[in-house]
Amino acid sequence: MSTMNTVGRPTTPNTLPDNDYKHPTLTGGRGLLQDEALIFEGEGWGKTGVDLPTPKTDGSDLGDLVRRDPIGLPGLSEPEAMRHYVRLSQKNHAIDLAIYPLGSCTMKHNPRLNEKMARLAGFSDIHPLQPQSTVQGALELMDTLSHWLTTLTGMPAVALSPKAGAHGELCGLMAIRAAHEAKGEHEQRRKVLVPTSAHGTNPATAAFVGYSVVEVAQTDDGRVDVADLASKLGPDVAAIMVTNPNTCGLFERDIMEISRLTHEAGAYFYCDGANFNAIVGRVRPGDLGVDAMHINLHKTFSTPHGGGGPGAGPVVLSEALAPFAPAPWVVNTGDGYKLVEREEDEAEQAFGRLCAFQGQMGMYVRALSYMMSHGSDGLRQVAEDAVLNANYIKARLEDLMSPAFPDGPCMHEALFDDEWLKGTDITTLDFAKAMIDEGFHPMTMYFPLVVHGAMLIEPTETESKAELDRFIHAMRLLAQAAKDGDVERFKGAPFHAPMRRLDETRAARSPKLRWVKPEGSNHAA
Amino acid sequence: MKFTTDHEWVSLDGDIATVGISAHAAEALGDVVFVETPQVGKTFAKGDSFAVVESVKAASDVYAPVSGEVVEANEALADAPETVNASPEGEGWFAKIKISDASQLDGLMDKAAYDAFLATL
Repeated sequence: MSTMNTVGRPTTPNTLPDNDYKHPTLTGGRGLLQDEALIFEGEGWGKTGVDLPTPKTDGSDLGDLVRRDPIGLPGLSEPEAMRHYVRLSQKNHAIDLAIYPLGSCTMKHNPRLNEKMARLAGFSDIHPLQPQSTVQGALELMDTLSHWLTTLTGMPAVALSPKAGAHGELCGLMAIRAAHEAKGEHEQRRKVLVPTSAHGTNPATAAFVGYSVVEVAQTDDGRVDVADLASKLGPDVAAIMVTNPNTCGLFERDIMEISRLTHEAGAYFYCDGANFNAIVGRVRPGDLGVDAMHINLHKTFSTPHGGGGPGAGPVVLSEALAPFAPAPWVVNTGDGYKLVEREEDEAEQAFGRLCAFQGQMGMYVRALSYMMSHGSDGLRQVAEDAVLNANYIKARLEDLMSPAFPDGPCMHEALFDDEWLKGTDITTLDFAKAMIDEGFHPMTMYFPLVVHGAMLIEPTETESKAELDRFIHAMRLLAQAAKDGDVERFKGAPFHAPMRRLDETRAARSPKLRWVKPEGSNHAA
Repeated sequence: MKFTTDHEWVSLDGDIATVGISAHAAEALGDVVFVETPQVGKTFAKGDSFAVVESVKAASDVYAPVSGEVVEANEALADAPETVNASPEGEGWFAKIKISDASQLDGLMDKAAYDAFLATL
């Protein structure tokens, strides 16, 4: 077998004690939180929420395609719809409520200025199929964003269109494949080297593009084993994929040697830019010899995420890979801006395109708003504060919890293992669930896979010292409770959340992927 | 019953090898939620990935411990993947493979050797 669950994550739910509340509520509500049914299970059937006049038309052009059955959606008035979604949102966590310390996710505040800019009509009320002469402002914004991204990374070109980090990885590896094809080396270069601590998307992307993945070992101090890398590089390797700072929250101090060895072997250096927030304004990946790197605008550049999108993962490319960038891209002709779309335009070596249009316009606006409001000095301070905050957390918790790599400072995230929980019968999962009871979203757990029972905390620069102290206070109380043998607090947690501990096994074995009309109901379908 | 260092087991009856994953593997994976067994009639070389097993938090390829043709797959695992946890070295078998050469099993570990190997992990 190739992979096992080696990090000690329990997959069997604990036998939960019965509802611990002495007085469970009569309605299912809790405090001022309403018990809310699914929208399909509510009262919206057989009525219309909004009274619209019947349009006066001369018949329909749809012919036989006109729908004759009910559409199968409940009808809700504005207050009903509003309350439904606000009630659901109250059951969840958001960066607007408190620290969201998910490591490797860079859950930072989404400035409201970004939102205001994105709603300007010139950016929000336009369509990709409009004549380019009517969207010159939007194209100029994309050109300016490209300038910021290439300047911050020290790379000559950028493909804006990828719509997520993993999509950016796909873009980068497709550019690398195109470059090897152009050199006639594609058939011989079939391997991609990936360190064991990588994000899971790295090997997945390499496999998706058709490469076989070879793991590179890690040293005891949490970094790429350069000797192991060197022994695996050769004329059959297409690329390496390295995250820097890596997922252990550490800077790859041998990065120059890594890129030199890679280029000597004729391979390309793909850098996973998920952790760019730690070095933005301080280190230019181009100076490290990177050939391609995605930038998660939804992490480093504060565009919203956490609800599943919309992401944006522009990819910066080196001189060697720039000719293969996917269409479209913006050029300043001196006489206005033009979107280069097709081969006959100048894109004859482009490997193709990654999406129908230009990508996530709304995210471009938000990201540029963030960059321009911080300025280049402000962005440097973003990196400095993010690193300082993570080190503050590490320093304040390391007497009670066990840092995975105690020697030296960390970068933007503090990584602990579960060594300190040994003998307590409490797992990382239990600890995380108890954090929910204390009002905090858990950190990333059981990742990276190279650390047993990993707890990866990334505060970002968003958090003030007061907010960090609140978080640290709760963590210290919990850690002490764990050490004092208060096992029940952890095993049954969360006690106070809208939902108790979920049965992940049952959810995975019999997932319910769509709503099924209850037997005997008169709901329209 | 013989074991591989990748935690598969083989049990030979005539020229039919029944294969599955070891109790140690099932325990380490945690609750198994999905098993993809190989198609009957497909042939695999020793070391090929011939099945997939997923738990809540880990997905793993299972390597063929012997070369040969799949003559039967344990299709009951599709609806009852928990069988792998309940009886990994019994009812939780993955497939029966017809092998041409019984000497393939020579390099594998017996139970005592496998237990000794596990103690080194």
